[in-house]
This record gives sequence, structure tokens and C-alpha cells, in this order.
Amino acid sequence: MSDEANKGLLSPLRRKLLMGMAAVPAITMLPRASFAQAPATSAVNTTGLAVTDTEVTVGILHSATGTMAISETGSIEAEKLAIEQINAMGGVLGRKIKFIQEDGASDWPTFAEKAKKLLVNDKVAAIMGCWTSASRKAVLPVMEQYNGMLYYPTFYEGLEQSKNVIYTGQEATQQILAGLNWIAKEKGAKSFFFIGSDYIWPRTSNKIARKHVENVLKGKVVGEEYYPLGNTQFNSVINKIKLTKPDVIFTDVVGGSNVAFYKQLKAAGIDLSKQALLTISVTEDEIDGIGGENIAGAYACMKYFQSLDNPNNKTFVPAFKKMWGEKTVIGDVTQAAYLGPWLWKLTVEKAGSFDIDKIAAASPGIEFKGAPEGYVRIHENHHLWSKTRVGRAKLDGQFELIYETADLVEPDPFPKGYQ
Amino acid sequence: MFGDYSLGDLGSIFVMQGFAGLILFSVYVLMALGLAIIFGQMGVINMAHGEFMILGAYVTWMTSSFFQSYLPSLFSGYFFLAMILAFVASGALGMLVEWVLIRHLYKRPLDTLLATWGLSLILQQAYRSVFGAREVGVELPQWMLGSLHVTDSIEVPINGVFVMCLTVLITVGVAYVMYKSRWGRQVRAVVQNRIMAGAVGINTEKVDRYTFGLGCGIAGVAGSAFTMIGSTGPTSGQLYIVDTFLVVVFGGAASLLGTIASAFSISQTQSTLEFFMSGSMAKVLTLLAVVGILMLRPQGLFALKVRK
Repeated sequence: MSDEANKGLLSPLRRKLLMGMAAVPAITMLPRASFAQAPATSAVNTTGLAVTDTEVTVGILHSATGTMAISETGSIEAEKLAIEQINAMGGVLGRKIKFIQEDGASDWPTFAEKAKKLLVNDKVAAIMGCWTSASRKAVLPVMEQYNGMLYYPTFYEGLEQSKNVIYTGQEATQQILAGLNWIAKEKGAKSFFFIGSDYIWPRTSNKIARKHVENVLKGKVVGEEYYPLGNTQFNSVINKIKLTKPDVIFTDVVGGSNVAFYKQLKAAGIDLSKQALLTISVTEDEIDGIGGENIAGAYACMKYFQSLDNPNNKTFVPAFKKMWGEKTVIGDVTQAAYLGPWLWKLTVEKAGSFDIDKIAAASPGIEFKGAPEGYVRIHENHHLWSKTRVGRAKLDGQFELIYETADLVEPDPFPKGYQ
Repeated sequence: MFGDYSLGDLGSIFVMQGFAGLILFSVYVLMALGLAIIFGQMGVINMAHGEFMILGAYVTWMTSSFFQSYLPSLFSGYFFLAMILAFVASGALGMLVEWVLIRHLYKRPLDTLLATWGLSLILQQAYRSVFGAREVGVELPQWMLGSLHVTDSIEVPINGVFVMCLTVLITVGVAYVMYKSRWGRQVRAVVQNRIMAGAVGINTEKVDRYTFGLGCGIAGVAGSAFTMIGSTGPTSGQLYIVDTFLVVVFGGAASLLGTIASAFSISQTQSTLEFFMSGSMAKVLTLLAVVGILMLRPQGLFALKVRK
């Protein structure tokens, strides 16, 4: 339009000259930052995402209020830390990450609504979010309909795979099998007692664990019990445990019930230094509420402990504490949430684009060598290759690493023979 | 399922199981007492009951942190002080709430349901803002942990015994206050006929405020005691509210004896069923039984006899 208007007034040569002169001060005024290396917005964003020449917007979608705030606070903190660190290193494709935080309020329809808002109104380039399986299931159709990208941090039951989700936590077989193998070998365990909260994750996990115990380890499950979410009385099941005398108590009790369960276990005289207990639901975050003295001696099976001794973790833990306070603890899911922004950054850089389809296609094979848990790589099925570790709870609320798998464990969200 | 076990094993398990039922019973009575006073005597449907309990739990947590930092030598006895402080804090908050909110709603009992539900949300968010969204761990003195070793297979949890003693004490206290003291007589008079009570010189507003405060204070003590067996977080109060109402409604409002009888029958049913089937199923059957009985007897187990 302006070109048309100028045509009559300026000769082509003079116009070029003027343009050049006008550009000189503009270029010199730019900060030394990376405009030269930053590709044009039109090239890296062909689908109308919230990407400008200097900024890219992502969404953070967790429960900051409601029951789940207890668990999701750590994830929010980790994601903010990762974003800040990435920005300090120059951002993604020369663009600073800006985030919009929405509150899912522990309510699954709210999660779906807010995800839609982030994708449709804010046009975010990616969403770091969700925690419970229920919230993820609510958000999934929205992500698929509006073609978004979700980085989901929690260890979960598997049986899901989507182009629009990267699962940065472990799926059930990854988390459980190595732990069961270890305890069977190390403790000679033959009989197991399962106890869990009554919803999809514990039930699916226990189903997988039962198949493994019965078919692979040739052991016996002497009890399998479920209690409603929020149950606070476990004396009856503790009596049953005493009666059946299992070699191992295998638990996936969650939330406030966890606290009640361990306190009552201790009160009933079950000494966790003698009775083996393997949990897949207690991280450092939960121990804060349970109290180290109530759970010391129990084994937990997951991929990350705050006490891990590797160079990445030794810079990660102090950075986290510097940002969020000396007393904060870092659990498995918090670490997995920290991976989300980094994996997204690496994928965007590999794809050379913010476009969702290109990111989804570029994701498999992405390696993150700076992960606090060590090294992770995205699998074809959008889950992560990761090591599985067993830790033993100590009085101070930290875990002592007892065992880790030699190699990365392959994610297998649809395990054959376990369904 | 009992074929594989020796007689001795079974005997001790039944003893332990009976004890588990008694502990559950005490827990139910303790959490329902405050509500029985507020709902039973005043007709206020207090949905924020759980949050008053959790205030007590947070007070306990603060007391324990204080003793750990400043008076570690007296740590083993801090719990008694914590319970008194919990009673005072929850009671004071209760009286404030009565003055600001509840007293305007005595003529609209159903609206108290909404108002106190809103209050519970406000309190939850307040706890979250003040104490953080994560759960806090209340450290207990050593003597309150573990169990009493009776025989090799019978072990009695100390915190269970503690809750039982506390429940007995508080129940006797409440019964005395309600049925023997002058103030209790005033409370009952106000409940039965507010206008007449006012006419004979009872300061009904004051009676209301103290009654509400007493109910909330007892909730605070319950919350304090439950730090031994449960979690302390901004939304932990929600874990108790359903069971609490169940016990009070099933027992028949306005009847202390009813509350106790109902807590006893619900807890025994549940803990026996839990032993023979899974926890979720036991809960379902217990609730079904309660619903069935309430259909036959809508006024609950015990109700005041009223001439119709």
C-alpha cells in the first residue's frame, strides 16, 4: 500500500538509499541480542500462534487452588524456574518465553475450559500442565481439537498416547516393574499385599503389578485393597496386613490418605525397617506432610529423588531452592515438570519452528542431557526413556538411592500381557 | 479365608479388630460432637465444620514448631497446651463468625448451608495463603508414637488410646455442661422456644454466641487430636465433613445420646465390613444401610419426643 503511494514521488534508487539510511540507526540501537540468528516470525510460525519477533507465549495450567494444590504447587514452581533459566540463556529461537498461568482449581471441567482459553484466545505455543489423570483426560480432547501441545509431568497409568501430548513422567510399567524385580531379588520377596486409593491410577498400576508378580516373579498377591480417596482410617486393613504377613506391602495410596496410612501403620507397631514396604506414590513432597519419622525405612520406586548425586542435579536443586525457598523439597513430579519447558525448547530448535505439527513430528529422538534425573530422550510414543530408581526414606524426609536400572527403561504405554 | 491361620492368630486379630472399631468410634464421636451441638442445638448447618477442625490442627502445628525451636526440653508435653490453644482459637473464630454471619440467618436455616459453605471456601484459601498449599507435618513427642506391646501379636496403638480417652473426657464434659449446668439449661431453653426464653430474661444472643463458640472449639480440639492420625493441609477438613454429617443426621439431631449411638453403629459396621471386604465396598454397604434406616426412620435413631 505505502509502496504504491510512494512510487510517484521517489525514484527507485533514491528510495533504496532512504530505506538504507533509515535502517542504520534502528540496527545500531538494537541490543546485542540475537536478531541476526533469530529467524523471521513468519517463517517459524505459520499457524498464528502467539509468537512475535521478541516473545513467545506458553501456558501453565495447574491447580493453584483446591485439593490438588498440595501436589501441583511444586510443578508450577519447577516450570517457572525452567522458563526463567531458558530466558536467561537467550530464550527459544531468539525469543523470550512469556507465560500465562491459569488455575484449573482441582476441577476437571475447569481444566478443559482453561485449556481451550489458552489455545483459542491466547494462542499459546505450548501448555505445561495437568497433574491428575482425570484432568489430563478432560484436557486431551481440547488439545486434539485445537491442535495444541501439552507437556504432562505426572507418573501415570499409561494406556494413552497422543500426538498432542508429551508425557514427561513415567508410565506404569516403567515405574513399577523394575522396582518389583529389585525387591523380589534383593529381599527374596514372594508374597505381596497391595493397597491403594480407589481410582484409575492405583487400580491400573496394581493390575500391572499383579500380572508381573504372578506371571514373571512367580510370587503371590495375598491381598488387594482399595480405599476411597480421602479415607483417613486404615486400622482394619493394617490388621489384615498383620494377619497375612506379606513379604512386601505395595502401596499407591494418594493425597491426605497417605498421611493417615503411614501414621497408623507406625502406631500399629509395624516397623518399616523390618517390614518391606514399596510405594509408588510417595515423593519428598508427600513426606513433608507424612513426617520423616513415620515413613523412614520405606522404599519408593520412581525416576527421581532430590538426593540424586549427579552434576545436573547439583545445580538444579540449589537453583530451585534459591527461587522458592530453602525449605522447599523436590519430588519426582516436580522434576518431570521441570523437563517440560526444556524439552519443548529443544524440540522447537530442532524443528526450527513453533508450529505444533512440526514439533510433534520432531519430538521423537529429542535428548535432554541437562535433566536433573540424568539423561532423557523422547520415544516415538511421546513418552520418555528414563531410568527407574529405588530409594529408601530417611528420617529427614529425603530418599537414599538404593538401586537404579543400568540402562534407560523403554516406555510402553500399552504393555502386552499386562492388560 | 480363616483356614490357614491358627486359633491364636485369629483370637488376637479379633481383639485388634475390635480395638480398631473402638478407635474409629472415638474418632467419629470426637468429630461429630462439635457439629452435634451446632446443628443439633442451634439448627445451623455448619459446612465449615471441617475448616474449624483444621484450624485446630494448624494451631497444633504452630505450637509444636514453637516448642521445637524455643522450648525443646518441654516438647514432650506440648500437645496438651496445643489442644487448649486449638480450643481457644477455633472457639474465638467461631464466635466471630456467629457475630458477623450466622446470627443474621437463624430464621433461614437452609441459607446457613450456603453461607457456611462459602465460609469454608474462604477459610481454605486463607489457610493456603497463610500456611502454603502443601501439607504440613506435625511432629509428635516420642511417647505418643508407636504402640503398647500387649502380647506378640496384640499391639495397641498409643494414639488410638489417646483419642479414646480424649473422647470420653470431652463427651462427659459436654454432657455435664448441657444437661447439668445452668448455662446448658439456658441453651436448651433457647432451642425449644427462643421467644419465651428471651421473655424470662435469658440473653439469647449471648447464649447463641457461646454455643456456637463451644461447638467450634470442640471441633478445634478434634482437629488437634487428628494430627496424630491424619493429614494437615488447607483442604484436609473436607475429608471429615461427610462422615461428620452422616453421624449427626443418623443419630438424630438434638440428641447427644443419638450421636454416640450412631457413631458406634456406623463405626462397628464399617470396621467389621472392612475386614471382610475391600474398603470401598465396606463404605458403600455402610452408606446403604444408613440410607435404608433413615428412610424408615427419617428423624434418626434418637429424637426428641414432640407432641404433634
